[in-house]
Amino acid sequence: MNGKLTAELSLPLRRSHAGRQMLHNRAMMLGMSLLGIIVLLALFGPIIVPNDPLTVQMGDRLLSPSWQYPLGTDHLGRCIFTRLVIGAQLTLGISAIVIVTVIVLGVPLGLISGYIGGRFDSIIMRLVDGMGALPEFIFAIAFAGFLGPSLPNLIFAIVLVKWIGYARVVRSVALSEREKEYVLAAKVAGCSTWTILRRHLLPQMISPVVVLAALDIGKIIMIISMLSYLGLGAQPPTPEWGAMLNDGRPYFQSAPQLMIYPGLAIMAIVIACNLLGEGLREALDVRSR
Amino acid sequence: MLQLIKKRLIQLVFVLFILSLVIFILMKLAPGDPVLTLLHADEMSITQADEAALREELGFDQPVLVQYGKWMLGLIRLDLGTSYLKGRPVLDELLDKLPATIQLTASGLAVMVAIALPLGLIASRYPNRWPDHVSRILALVGASIPSFWMGLLLIYLFSLKLGWLPTSGKGSFAHMILPSITLGFAMAAVYARLLRSGLLDSLSQDYIKAARARGLAERRILMGHALRAALLPVITVFGVSFGNLLAGSVVIETLFAWPGLGSLALEAIFERDYPIIQGYVLATGLFVVVVNLLVDLSYSLLDPRIRLGKGASS
Repeated sequence: MNGKLTAELSLPLRRSHAGRQMLHNRAMMLGMSLLGIIVLLALFGPIIVPNDPLTVQMGDRLLSPSWQYPLGTDHLGRCIFTRLVIGAQLTLGISAIVIVTVIVLGVPLGLISGYIGGRFDSIIMRLVDGMGALPEFIFAIAFAGFLGPSLPNLIFAIVLVKWIGYARVVRSVALSEREKEYVLAAKVAGCSTWTILRRHLLPQMISPVVVLAALDIGKIIMIISMLSYLGLGAQPPTPEWGAMLNDGRPYFQSAPQLMIYPGLAIMAIVIACNLLGEGLREALDVRSR
Repeated sequence: MLQLIKKRLIQLVFVLFILSLVIFILMKLAPGDPVLTLLHADEMSITQADEAALREELGFDQPVLVQYGKWMLGLIRLDLGTSYLKGRPVLDELLDKLPATIQLTASGLAVMVAIALPLGLIASRYPNRWPDHVSRILALVGASIPSFWMGLLLIYLFSLKLGWLPTSGKGSFAHMILPSITLGFAMAAVYARLLRSGLLDSLSQDYIKAARARGLAERRILMGHALRAALLPVITVFGVSFGNLLAGSVVIETLFAWPGLGSLALEAIFERDYPIIQGYVLATGLFVVVVNLLVDLSYSLLDPRIRLGKGASS
C-alpha cells in the first residue's frame, strides 16, 4: 500500500507546478498525513499491538480503557485497539487489491474502446450503461447476495462494479485525445496502434485515473464496511470495522466504546481519502465528471 | 423535444435489457441448488421424484437460453416469479413494501432540502467567511461519515440515552425522524456545496448586475434570479444521487427495522430467496432509469438554451 502510494505521488510531484500547489493545499496535506499515519499503523500493526486480535478472554469482557487495553475490550474480552489496527490492515489491503485490479481491468478496456471504437466500443459501452444504471452499492449487494456472503465474494463484487468508472473516464479521454495532432503525427511517423496507445495515450490517463483512484479508496472502504456491517462481507471473528460494529451492536448501550471507535476509524480514513482526492484533483487540474 | 423523449425511451429499454441479462447470469452463477433449498425449506423428507418434479415445474430442466426467454417473457408481463420462501408473487411482495420505502425516501429528501437550501444560501452569501467554512466542513463530514454509523450514534443518543425517540420500527411520526435525518444528512452536505458554487456562479452574471442596477431588493435577486439558475446543476446531480438515495435506504431500513424494499431485499439475501433479490434489483434499476429520464426532460424544460437546441447537445 505504502509503496503504491508513493509511486503514485512521485509522478505528479515531478511537475513542479502541481507539486507546489499540493504543498500549499493545507486540506490535502492534512489528508495525506492522516492517511500516512493509518498506513503506518497498518504496516507496523502486528509489532505494536499489545494483544492478540482473536483471543477470547471472557474474564475481561467490556472493560474500560487501561494500559493493557488502550481502548477497552469488547463483549468477548478482545482488545478493541488491537482489532482496530489489524482491521486497518485488512481494510487497506482489500482496497489496494481492488483498486489495482480495477485499474488493470478498466484502463485497457477504456483505452481500446475509446481509441479503436467500432463494435468493441459499442459492446463495452452498452455493458457500462446497463450496469451503470444501478447504484454501485445496490449492485454490490446483489452480487454478494447471489454469490453468498463472504469476503472474497465481496471483493469480487466491488471489482465488478468499480471497473466501470475507470473504463468510462479513460474512454472519454481517449476519445478526445485521438483527434489531436500529436496522435496524427505519431500515426504518420509510422507508429503502430499498440505504440500509440502505450506511449502516447496511456500517459494522458495517469492524472484522471490517479484522482479517481484516490477518491475511490474512500468509497471502497465505505462499501466494505457497510456490507460487512450488514453481514454480507467479512464474517466474525474477522476484525473488520463494519463487522465489529455489527458484532457489538447488542452491547452499545452499556459499552459505547464498541460503537464509537470502529466508526471513527472508518470516518477518519474516508476523510483522509476525500481530502487527498480533492487536493489531487485541484493540483492536477482534472475536471470533475 | 419529442425526438429527445423517443431517443431516451429506446435507451431506457436497452439499459433494462442489459440489466436483466446481467441479473439472469448472476442467478445462474449463484451457488447452491434453489430446488434443494426449496425442498429443504419445507422440512420434509425428499425423494428423487420430488426433486425432479419441482425441477420441471420451475423449468430448470430446459436449456439456459429457453429459460432466459421464458423469464424475459414473464418480465414483460410483469411476472417476476414467486418468492421461494413465502410462496407469493414477487410483484405483490414488492408492491407491499414500496409505500414504506417511498415514505422514507421522500422524508429523507425533505430533510435534505431543509438542510441544503439554507446552508447553501448562507455559504454563498458569505463566501470564504466562517459560514462558508462551516458548510465546507459539514460537507466533508457528510461525505465521509458512514450512514449506518451515524444512524447508530443517533439511536444511541436520542433513543437509548435521552429516550426521546423510538429505536426502530414504523408507525408514528416519531419513528420517521431518525431514519429521515440519517438518510438526508449525507446528501444535504453535498448539495449545499453544489448550491453554493452554482449561486456564486450565477451571482456574477450580467443579468444579476442588471437586476441590481434596476434597484431590485437583494433578497429578490437571490431567491428569484440567482437561485433559479443555480438549481439547474443541482437537478442534474439529483438524477445521479437518486440511486444513492435508494442504496442508502437499504442500510437505513435495516438499521431502523423499517419494513420497506431494502429490508425485504436484505432478508431475501440471507434466505437465498433469489426471485425477490432479482425483482428488487430490477425494480431499483427501473426507478433509477426513469428518474434520470425525468431529470433530463425537466432539465431541458427549465433551461431554454437546451430546449431550443442551442446549448449542449443531448
